[in-house]
Order: sequence, then structure tokens, then C-alpha cells
Amino acid sequence: MGTIITPYLTLAAILFCIGLYGALTKKNGVIVLLSIELMLNAVNLNLVAFSKLGDHPVLTGQIFSLFNITVAAAEAAVGIAILIALYRNKGTTDVTEMDSMKR
Amino acid sequence: MFSGIGDILSSGTSWAFFIFALLAIGGAIFMISFTKVIHMVVSLALTFISLAGLYVILEAEFVAFVQVLIYAGAISILMIFGIMMTKHRQGEEQEPRRPWHEGLAIVGALGLFGILFYAIQKTTFTASGTLDAGKDNTLEIGKLLYNEHVIPFEIMSVLLTVAFIGAIVVAKREED
Repeated sequence: MGTIITPYLTLAAILFCIGLYGALTKKNGVIVLLSIELMLNAVNLNLVAFSKLGDHPVLTGQIFSLFNITVAAAEAAVGIAILIALYRNKGTTDVTEMDSMKR
Repeated sequence: MFSGIGDILSSGTSWAFFIFALLAIGGAIFMISFTKVIHMVVSLALTFISLAGLYVILEAEFVAFVQVLIYAGAISILMIFGIMMTKHRQGEEQEPRRPWHEGLAIVGALGLFGILFYAIQKTTFTASGTLDAGKDNTLEIGKLLYNEHVIPFEIMSVLLTVAFIGAIVVAKREED
């Protein structure tokens, strides 16, 4: 067993935390969506790594990552559509100004 | 990670892992630190492609090609379309920053990374068996997808159709 799973998990943790920071601090709505995609990618890396190097290696991890990619694609399409509709109504994509439900 | 560092630096697979991991982290860091939105999307596409390389190392070829098609192709182009169709210039001049907000976000992200890193280092993984993926990874995934996971697969197709039709309805112009 030359390869171990720990570097993959660490890399996924680093990418997840970068995505979390981006999703919490960026103002442009498109960049917030991209940060969420980065977090989903970190989860996918964990799934594929456990599928090969986990305690019980099976292909189901790869199947789950494919489902995850599909849901992420649907989320990206709907998110961009909502952003464009909001831009038509308010004239901005700044997520800090989308607070009309607070008023 | 630190315990097996000598073992890691010995083989070509590990060098490939290090190069792809550096590219992935570098793309993500550049995504955070760039100021123009287009540059952010392109650097994150670099991260997506290097993650596909990592999947090839992990012997998940089909997932790697799907990653290149969906993420590096479709989602990056979709995000660029989203940027082009909205106004994005106002973010480029320096706005009044929110130091408390960003500081708290840094503390939160680093704290989560600390917890995750501690947990990963604390756990011992015993790679007992090897993956019997057969000769053809795509064939095995297709067999699994149409036998055991056929109901989630069909539900996923319905979800994709509904989501895309909903996206068209949401983004459609109202006046015509």
C-alpha cells in the first residue's frame, strides 16, 4: 500500500475552507456561486478518494460524485437564472444589497 | 500527511499528486485574490481541470472526463455568461471594506480547517482491500448505474429537466 488517503483529505479540506471564505466574503453573486461550486468539488474529491483508498473500496463513491456533479450543474443554472432576474429588477448583482425580505 | 512524507516523495504518482494539488490550491487562492471577475472564473477553471487530473490518479477516469466536460466546460462558460449579462464594473474600484466581516470569515474558515485537519491526522485509515474496478471504469460505472442505482438515476434526469426549464422560466424577459 504505497498510497494513503490523508493527503487527499487534507487537500479537500483546504479547498473547502477557501470556498467557504469566498462564499462568506465576496460581494459579486456569480463569485459566491463559484465558491459554492468549489466547496462541492472538495466533497467530490473526498468521495472519489474514499472510493479508491477507503476502508472498503467500492465504486459507489464515484456514482455518488456523479450525482453530486449533476445536482451542482442544476444549482448553477438556477442560480445564474435567479441572478439575471434579480439584475433586471434591481440593477446590481451585489449580494449585500439583496435584502428586500428584511424590510 | 507529515508521517509519510518520505514515502510520498519517492514515486511518480505522488509527484503528479503534488503538482495537481499545487495547481488546485493555487487556482483557488488566485480566485480569492484577483480583482477582475473574469480572471476569477478562469483561475477557478484551472482548479477544476487539476481536480480532474487528481481523479485520473485515483483511477476514476469517467468521473475525470465528466469533471472536464461539466465543470471546466459547461459551468465555467455559464458563469462567464452570467458575468457578461450583468454589470460587474462597480466591484473593481475599491469599495469600503468590511474588516470585521472578513476577519470573522477568516477566523471561521481557519477554525473549520483546524478541526478537519486535527480529525484527519487523528484517524488511522486502514486501506484493507483494493478497488476491483475491472478493466473498464466506464463499463463498471454504467453497470452499477443501470442496476443498483437506476431509480436515483431516473430521478436525477427528472431533476435536471425541471431545473433547466425552471431556469429558462425565471430568466425569461417579462414584457414579451
